[in-house]
Amino acid sequence: MFKSLAPPEYIADIDREKCIRCKRCIQNCGWSVYSWGGDKVLINTSKCVKCLRCYHYCPEEAITIVDNPTRFKSNAYWSFNNIRNLKRQAETGGMPLTGMGSDQKYPILFDSLLIDACQVTNPSIDPLREPMELRTYLGKKPSALSIEKGKDGKARLNGKMPPQIALKLPLVFGPMSYGSISLNAQKVLARTAKECGILMNTGEGGLHEDLLPYRSNIVVQVASGRFGVNPDYLNAGVAVEIKIGQGAKPGIGGHLPGEKIPLDVARTRMIPVGTDAISPAPQHDIYSIEDLRQLIYAIKEATNYKPVSVKIAAVHNVAAIASGVVRAGADIVYIDGFRGGTGAAPSIIRDHLGIPIEHALAAVDDRLRQEGIRNEASIIAAGGIRSSADAAKAIALGADAVAIATAALITMGCTTCGKCYTGNCSWGITTQRPELTARLDPEVYAERLINLVHAWEHELKEILGALGINAIESLRGNRERLRGVGLDAQTLDILGVKPAGR
Amino acid sequence: MNHNYQKDISGCGLTGLISKKRRRLSGDQIVKSLCLMNDRGNGLGAGYAAYGIYPEFKDFYAFHIMFDEPSIRWSVEEYLKANYHIEKVEEIPTFPVKAIQISPLLVRYFVRPLKERIVGEMQEEDFVVNSVMKVNSEIDGAYIFSSGKNMGAFKGVGNPADIAEFFRIEEYEGYIWTAHTRFPTNTPGWWGGAHPFTLLDWSIVHNGEISSYGINKRYLEMYGYKLTLLTDTEVAAYMLDLLIRRQGLDIPSACLVLAAPFWKNIDAKPPEEREFLTALRQTYGSALLNGPFSILFGHSNGLVGINDRIKLRPLVVAVKDDITYMASEESAIRAICPAPEKVWAPRAGEPTIVELDKEV
Repeated sequence: MFKSLAPPEYIADIDREKCIRCKRCIQNCGWSVYSWGGDKVLINTSKCVKCLRCYHYCPEEAITIVDNPTRFKSNAYWSFNNIRNLKRQAETGGMPLTGMGSDQKYPILFDSLLIDACQVTNPSIDPLREPMELRTYLGKKPSALSIEKGKDGKARLNGKMPPQIALKLPLVFGPMSYGSISLNAQKVLARTAKECGILMNTGEGGLHEDLLPYRSNIVVQVASGRFGVNPDYLNAGVAVEIKIGQGAKPGIGGHLPGEKIPLDVARTRMIPVGTDAISPAPQHDIYSIEDLRQLIYAIKEATNYKPVSVKIAAVHNVAAIASGVVRAGADIVYIDGFRGGTGAAPSIIRDHLGIPIEHALAAVDDRLRQEGIRNEASIIAAGGIRSSADAAKAIALGADAVAIATAALITMGCTTCGKCYTGNCSWGITTQRPELTARLDPEVYAERLINLVHAWEHELKEILGALGINAIESLRGNRERLRGVGLDAQTLDILGVKPAGR
Repeated sequence: MNHNYQKDISGCGLTGLISKKRRRLSGDQIVKSLCLMNDRGNGLGAGYAAYGIYPEFKDFYAFHIMFDEPSIRWSVEEYLKANYHIEKVEEIPTFPVKAIQISPLLVRYFVRPLKERIVGEMQEEDFVVNSVMKVNSEIDGAYIFSSGKNMGAFKGVGNPADIAEFFRIEEYEGYIWTAHTRFPTNTPGWWGGAHPFTLLDWSIVHNGEISSYGINKRYLEMYGYKLTLLTDTEVAAYMLDLLIRRQGLDIPSACLVLAAPFWKNIDAKPPEEREFLTALRQTYGSALLNGPFSILFGHSNGLVGINDRIKLRPLVVAVKDDITYMASEESAIRAICPAPEKVWAPRAGEPTIVELDKEV
């Protein structure tokens, strides 16, 4: 067979002096990089994705994985990946797929924003000694509260509030379907959501019965493929999300290769085993905003008026789209920036379509305020939230809560290798191969994810304390407490943030 | 976009008093009380507000307007004439004070909106608020700093004694008084920046820094308020106007919004109260004034004193006969009321609400 002219990305190497031939690397690698040659471990380095599973499980620390030092002649314009992709396309005629959010060098606005702190004129607050409130309610809020006087002369609520979902902190897990990730990975998310008082989201793959005990912390998703959707499913969680788009692949539907669809996934999705699950690009009953309104209200009718979230990708005209979504009756608008993750997307789409969440969020929050409808829906910001600082900055720009997905997978072993679409994830996350998924013990890894959520909770409280505020709602949309460094005037204007020094 | 402003920060001292029986008290008491707290200010701003001072014009809105240049007066008057019946115009009486070399032109107008200008469902008060917003944001160098009925604010750059002398505060008689001395840390040195801040009958004196300013401002802008004075205090004044006048909350409920109780306390309440308090926080999270403050707000029917939710600024209350005193320091109360019947420091977030007896 013709040998590929696309050089391997990584070089896996074993120190033969240290190697004790225990074969753990062979056993652990989901990519078949290693094989047994009778007297030593053989290496097929072209299959290596640098997920580092072998490195961590080698008892002798004999393995090193390095970026392939052999490069094409360096060229400031034609990058290694440009040339490599061209060669791959010449060999296959296909679209190179990828997983994960975009890893390209676009500006990261979060890294150009700094948070304020108190000095002298207002005191900072010590979160270890004073209450510090992160509780967040997602859902439509009235513009004004209707009150009446009770018999005791005290004011009380007149009528009912629209349904609200309580979060212990302004964080949810982004949708990741069963199929794209393993059931064990979903169980880690579900257990953590329940323990931490937050939400996980089924993604578009239906709801496995093993997750039913966690239903009070689950959002069920309805996407264009309508996988696993039935009335019980719609009513299983605390809210329903209509997925219009995804930041990593705006304008195109989900791609779940048949390799990742064994019996159990097929049953949950209500599709045949081994068929590719390709969601249509649009929802074929939503060709315009009034169609969306009909679906929102159909779902509300079917669920006795549970909150409905609408997830959209951050595209150029996101502010107007979000305004339409709110006016169509959504209780939550979930905005996914172009850095948002994916299990599988064509690289060309992932790396070149959409806009960053920072711009999109600022534009949406501004637009909804200009139109006087910001109270009508909560905003969830997603697409590349890497730390509690990113979360705090997103909330200050105007989000009610942020969603994380990649960050959660990283606690399960993910190293962002970006090969989720192959179904070979050695960490048992984005695979359905039973020998691999068995590695991901939900109990063990839930503990790690719970640790992460608790750590962010502490960090957010420290940030609030330094800001001299003791409730998250005083950070939400409070752009006065952000400053930009090295941003141009127009970007600052879009973000509604002053430059540092002002 | 409306984010590129320089916010004003200041520390301060405040004091206020109310006669429940509507006895009109001369301004000398409040001046004495405020001057005791001279060290809480730095001479860069002081002011007074009084209710019941214009009984002969009590049905007219009393616009106190400052003009940076006398020439600006005519464009404002042109606007007023087109929209209001003007009952009376006069320069606000002042007394030359050595320490105050420069002052803006200060004029007061007793006015009533022309009926034909109020169209649709608009209330008369909305019309007045819009006028204040319009003049303050659109006419450069003109400021309406007081717009209520039978009340007025007097304020400027100077220390409490000089400002009192300048405005001849002792000559006014009112049944509610509030006063403020200021310690700005980055003042533009501008008369409009002094307290009290007023809108219609609301007057606010405020000690503190509202750390939630950014979101409070954006929240108010959603309801059409234009925040032009660049201080925290303006936020408090407009927030009360929004919550109480426009959205119909009673004063105790509005106080529960400004200094919201903690969730752990809300969760421990009986169901009906819990549901109400939860709904208040859910609905008005962006109206919570977070950060250190003590505030006195006067209105046509009373006076309210309130602290932030963890009491990061001082506030003391005392009662003697029909008069309730509220001040940053107990000494400021004892300076004018040496033997109060009762003195206490209200707890964090707990409002002190005093209402005037019904008019007879």
